[in-house]
Amino acid sequence: MKMNLIPIAALISASLASPAALAQKKEVVGIAGKEILLGHINPYSGPASAYGTIGRAIAAYFKKVNEEGGVNGRLLNMISYDDGYSPPKTVEMARKLVEQDKVLLIFQPLGTPPNTAIHKYMNAKKVPQLFVATGATKWNDPKKFPWTMGWQPNYQTEAKIYAAHILKNKPNAKIAVLYQNDDYGKDYLEGFKAGLGAKAKTMIVKEASYEVADPTVDSQMAQLQASGADTFFNITTPKFAAQAIRRAWDSGWKPTHYLNNVSASIGTTLRPAGLDKSVGLFTTQYLKDQNDKQWASDPAVVEWTAFMKKYYPEGNLVATENFYGWCVAQTMVQVIKQAGNNLTRENIMKQAASLKDFAPGCLLPGIKINTSATDFAPIESVRLAKFDGKDWVGFGDVMGK
Amino acid sequence: MSRNNLVALAVVLAAACVLPFLISEYRTFQFTLVLVYAIALLGLNMLTGYNGQISLGHGAFYAIGAYCAAILMDKYGVPYWATLPVAGAVCLVAGFLFGLPALKLEGLYLALATFALGVSLPPLLKHHHLEQWTGGVQGISILKPDSPEILTELGIVLNQDQWLYFFTLAVTVAMFLIAWNLLRGRIGRAMVAIRDNHIATETMGVNNAMVKSLTFGISAMYTGVAGALGAIAVQFVAPDSFNIFLSITLLIGIVIGGLASIQGAIYGALFIQFVPNIADDISKAAPWAIFGLFLLAFVYVLPAGVAGAIRMGMARLQRKRQNP
Repeated sequence: MKMNLIPIAALISASLASPAALAQKKEVVGIAGKEILLGHINPYSGPASAYGTIGRAIAAYFKKVNEEGGVNGRLLNMISYDDGYSPPKTVEMARKLVEQDKVLLIFQPLGTPPNTAIHKYMNAKKVPQLFVATGATKWNDPKKFPWTMGWQPNYQTEAKIYAAHILKNKPNAKIAVLYQNDDYGKDYLEGFKAGLGAKAKTMIVKEASYEVADPTVDSQMAQLQASGADTFFNITTPKFAAQAIRRAWDSGWKPTHYLNNVSASIGTTLRPAGLDKSVGLFTTQYLKDQNDKQWASDPAVVEWTAFMKKYYPEGNLVATENFYGWCVAQTMVQVIKQAGNNLTRENIMKQAASLKDFAPGCLLPGIKINTSATDFAPIESVRLAKFDGKDWVGFGDVMGK
Repeated sequence: MSRNNLVALAVVLAAACVLPFLISEYRTFQFTLVLVYAIALLGLNMLTGYNGQISLGHGAFYAIGAYCAAILMDKYGVPYWATLPVAGAVCLVAGFLFGLPALKLEGLYLALATFALGVSLPPLLKHHHLEQWTGGVQGISILKPDSPEILTELGIVLNQDQWLYFFTLAVTVAMFLIAWNLLRGRIGRAMVAIRDNHIATETMGVNNAMVKSLTFGISAMYTGVAGALGAIAVQFVAPDSFNIFLSITLLIGIVIGGLASIQGAIYGALFIQFVPNIADDISKAAPWAIFGLFLLAFVYVLPAGVAGAIRMGMARLQRKRQNP
């Protein structure tokens, strides 16, 4: 066996001389002249690539802001990398953004495992990890992780609202729960039980779980139906939600059916399940649904449609992901606006934690973003909605904080 | 080893030692991952390149190694360096045991069996009975090791990334030396002979079953050690980190680097670490299409892998020198 190492030597010497090896120098981290460097990580490829469009909608919104003069006279330059929803790749990309591109902050990494992978790193480096795209409750922990903040209502908040609705309208309900066997499903379940309080033990008559890799949830649904429950809390992702809705109808069970917001999209869940079979479902909402006729002439939705046509014409107008991206990007811009000329990482975090009654038009009327040094959960209220066969119809007051 | 090669080895090692002082911490981290992948690819190359057994599931052994390291560090407070032998030993046994029934399978059937291993491990890691150790979907976060105090006392100040790089480099050198020693000896020859003609090998008195299972075990051991090092470098393990694409990536690495070549593992590791990033820089819309183009180009231009192309190039140079 011959070990020929000359070429490796050549290769390594070549890489040493490459320009990437030269360290960059900048005075203020994340500010290059008139530009603010924002880091962004999104799954453009891999199992969660359906969410890749969020990153494109955000980029389109920043383009619009720049064309209109930027924020406080500065342009937003977003560097976006693909992590393919793979945590080691997220670590690599976050390190690239922080150490090489020297961004001011990292905005909107998506998914609980990828965000968990960089959670400690971002906080050790003291770089803001802002408005992460996951509803896990753990992002609201300013004491231990003062550099990380969520955005959407967390799963426990939402589940507690269903629990309150059940306690009020059907105090003797027998509840069956179907949940995805991971931290997302368990987070919801925990919040739901906390919401029911002492009555959780007697009211929940059956729990069943499934794995993401399962082909169907038919057997779980049969078990739940056999338990004699009259109320069903459906903690599933769109594919399984559609199966469960269809099964609950076809088997003749027809319980009072609560569907988690994760799968509330008419296009991706209810239409495949059958709109007629979805009548009477309950869910919660915090964003306006751009497909919903009641908002057709709403100024925010009109503005959004115009924005999409001009800045992201290839984007899908039906996809809620694009509306979400537009909405979360506005929150980011608000924070930078508030930071004024003091664009340090400390001040960005301070401003993100000082949002007061910020209510962009994309949120449902009455929902406001409020944060403080001890409250890192921007959106904490939702509104219940019932499906009428065509649209989600909101009812009652905005609930939560 | 000829004198030229010894000189080259010295140059490579010297360059590898200087490297982390010239590049950023982030690049150092990337080169640490290159070394990690090189060990994993070397392991897979023993099995597939030298012994002719195709594995589409080596990501599973990488995952087992990674979880061994993470669980030992997180739950039992074992120092990071001590997790490597454990990860290696666990994977050696796991690989050997998987290799025994796999003996009956040839070619594509073995590929399918290993594929099954690769796809089934991530969901198993999420299973609720294992969750108290594996942390379920949440995974396990681990702390990055600091440079040992004794070095600081000696006046050598290294940051965490540099230290981990040197630690990984030392392990890589050791693993490569062991592999080199093994592959050029009796066992290495038996492995290649089984690949080329197993009946003839059996007639020569080689215990085919034993050699094949052992190769599987050693191959898994290498990949497991790489997994443990990878977990320490990334500081996080979760089932999503080890999907089936990891196994495929490893296979891509050995084919691009060069089958049945020790140095090929290094080229393959550079490829799988850097080419996806380059593809992502070229096109955000379709990074994998660009990656596919790179792959096609390599397969067409360098059909024997990078190592094979270099071998042929060197041979041609030598012929020219001999008959000018």
